Amino acid sequence: MSAPLRTDEANGAAAAGAECGIPAGGAGRRAVAKQNGRWSAYRHLLLARTKEMQREPEVIFWVFLFPLLLAFGLGIAFRSRPASAPSVAIAAGPGANAVLDMAQRPPQSLRAQIVPEAEALNGFRLGRYDLVIILASSGPDKGGPGSGAIEYRYDPARPESVLARVQADDVLQSAAGRANPLRTSAQASSEPGARYIDFLIPGLVGMNLMNSGMWGVGFALVDYRQRKLLKRYVATPMRRSDFLLALTSSRLVLMIIELALLLGFGIFVFHMRVVGSWLGIVLLGALGAAAFAGLGLLTASRAQKIETVSGLINLVMMPMWVFSGVFFSYERFPAVVHPLIRALPLTALNDALRATILEGAPLAAQAGRLAVLVIWTAVSFLLALSWFRWT
Amino acid sequence: MKLAIECCGLRKTYEGKVEALRGLDLEIREGECFGLLGPNGAGKTTAIEILEGLLKPTSGEVRILGHNWQNDARELREWLGISLQETRLADKLTVRETIELFASFYRQPRPTKEVLTELGLAEKSDAWVGRLSGGQRQRLAVATALVANPRILFLDEPTTGLDPQSRRQLWEIIREFQGHGGTVLLTTHYMDEAERLCDRLAIIDYGQIIAAGTPAELINRLGGQHVVEFAVSGNSHETSKGGTQQELWRVLPGVESVRSDDGLVCLTVRQPHVTIPALLEVVSQQGAKLLHLTTRQASLEDVFVRLTGRHLREES
Repeated sequence: MSAPLRTDEANGAAAAGAECGIPAGGAGRRAVAKQNGRWSAYRHLLLARTKEMQREPEVIFWVFLFPLLLAFGLGIAFRSRPASAPSVAIAAGPGANAVLDMAQRPPQSLRAQIVPEAEALNGFRLGRYDLVIILASSGPDKGGPGSGAIEYRYDPARPESVLARVQADDVLQSAAGRANPLRTSAQASSEPGARYIDFLIPGLVGMNLMNSGMWGVGFALVDYRQRKLLKRYVATPMRRSDFLLALTSSRLVLMIIELALLLGFGIFVFHMRVVGSWLGIVLLGALGAAAFAGLGLLTASRAQKIETVSGLINLVMMPMWVFSGVFFSYERFPAVVHPLIRALPLTALNDALRATILEGAPLAAQAGRLAVLVIWTAVSFLLALSWFRWT
Repeated sequence: MKLAIECCGLRKTYEGKVEALRGLDLEIREGECFGLLGPNGAGKTTAIEILEGLLKPTSGEVRILGHNWQNDARELREWLGISLQETRLADKLTVRETIELFASFYRQPRPTKEVLTELGLAEKSDAWVGRLSGGQRQRLAVATALVANPRILFLDEPTTGLDPQSRRQLWEIIREFQGHGGTVLLTTHYMDEAERLCDRLAIIDYGQIIAAGTPAELINRLGGQHVVEFAVSGNSHETSKGGTQQELWRVLPGVESVRSDDGLVCLTVRQPHVTIPALLEVVSQQGAKLLHLTTRQASLEDVFVRLTGRHLREES
């Protein structure tokens, strides 16, 4: 070794040497603290990723708070409540008072009032009234509440208007003395499980797994790439598989928390009932998280800029927001496209989560949905790994 | 003397057109600090990234500590400490967490605490990386390389954009690493840095080495060790003839070379005490007035300008 030694170097060497014992021979490498094991890199990468996410306020908001706010808002807006009595306008005129009197007899299932005809029709057009009752000029005063004397003005496209017509007719006919040939009784029943919030919460769990998987993996990767951090990592002996594994498994940790928060919220705030097994739900969550981590990886496999990947992520997620039955059932779309919709990963996840949470269906009975998720996971990971650009 | 790094005939062509490297040969000995100098775009970064195994050369061979990248990449990675140009480490991790993360990649890293102390980052160990100053960040980048306990340290423009004090701190760190027997390969476009740090260096321009040797050898190659710079007035119309004017100075006693630079005339001379009186005489004969006159030691900058006709930090 004939590197010219300057005095300050010699001092530095002495100081460091005294602290850590013998220099490690040949090339003058210094003594080392410890030997790292096979999984040391993986553990540290996972820990670092988890810490990074914890320290990002945006992550806390979008991953944890936003879905809860959404569930709360929609749960309140679409909460189940007794159908309100139809609002009926009776056009002013001779006999209007008699009809009003009949409409208001117990059990008072109509909200009726007398208003001038023009105002009644205008109010009906604006949705203030569900039904307008118009009395023929040869009103009930002469012939009694008899044949063809009453005209219902209703809108067949508005469910509440259709209902109001049936209900009003029923009330008036009974009041006029119609006898019911059948004796019937009714029992009210609003069980948890059939309400909108019960439908919504599993959908939100699925959507949240998609959002955080795509952003948490896709966005993070491109950010690393843009910072040249990926390049810096591959300049070390770090195994590339350890890095991708750590990124993916960081999603699993988060998945458990997301799942617990949303379901817990449903159970405690909206008295939702979880019928299926928790193990099944967690397994589904893990599969969903893996599928979207893979999709995030694929989306981010070549993009060099954050702007590019943001657009790509939204492009991939958009069809699933619309078609995969997060907020409303995809049954509303034409039956022809149902097979396509069911092939989307979010549809498979949402259907499986709903079946498990609401109906208690075992995973074994949902092989088709699980297969869709497994195929998406496998294909996107394989494609991503062959396209992935580290530098 | 064993070789730490050797490469021959390195060529790199991007997308079939841009020739970043046009045949590069280097031999870097174990224990020396070797500098690659050159202006922006000369091919320094391409060269160092090929040696680091991050880029594949279009043709040519690389051997690092007697191994090549095709067969022994994983072993080699254990022995190299690398600081890339402009890596932005994760903002939301602390300094200690960052070093520990990098340490975890190596089989036998150095203790995090020791590295932090050595690089003067001990006080900052719990600060987030995003809150560090430029100089601290650059030291952290070097720390992530040193924690590997490397045999070779690769530094790509380690001091670009740093204030003078931070630069000097980094120089100390590099010298100390070398003092422990480590080999250093650095790129820079600061001539003073190369002169102070490097045992040997190579000047790269347009993807080729145009000169190599110790700093002293390169300066000697200029012919003279001194530079006389001056400006004269009253003959601006004559300067437009250019060639003849330069010829006038070229024939002065002891002058090795002449160039004009931003209004100044620069003479490379062996003996200023011989040249200057003759210069003054010529000026007074012409009835001109001397506006400026300085002498200084020749530097690598002069070597570079002499070789390429351009300054190092000029945009090419």
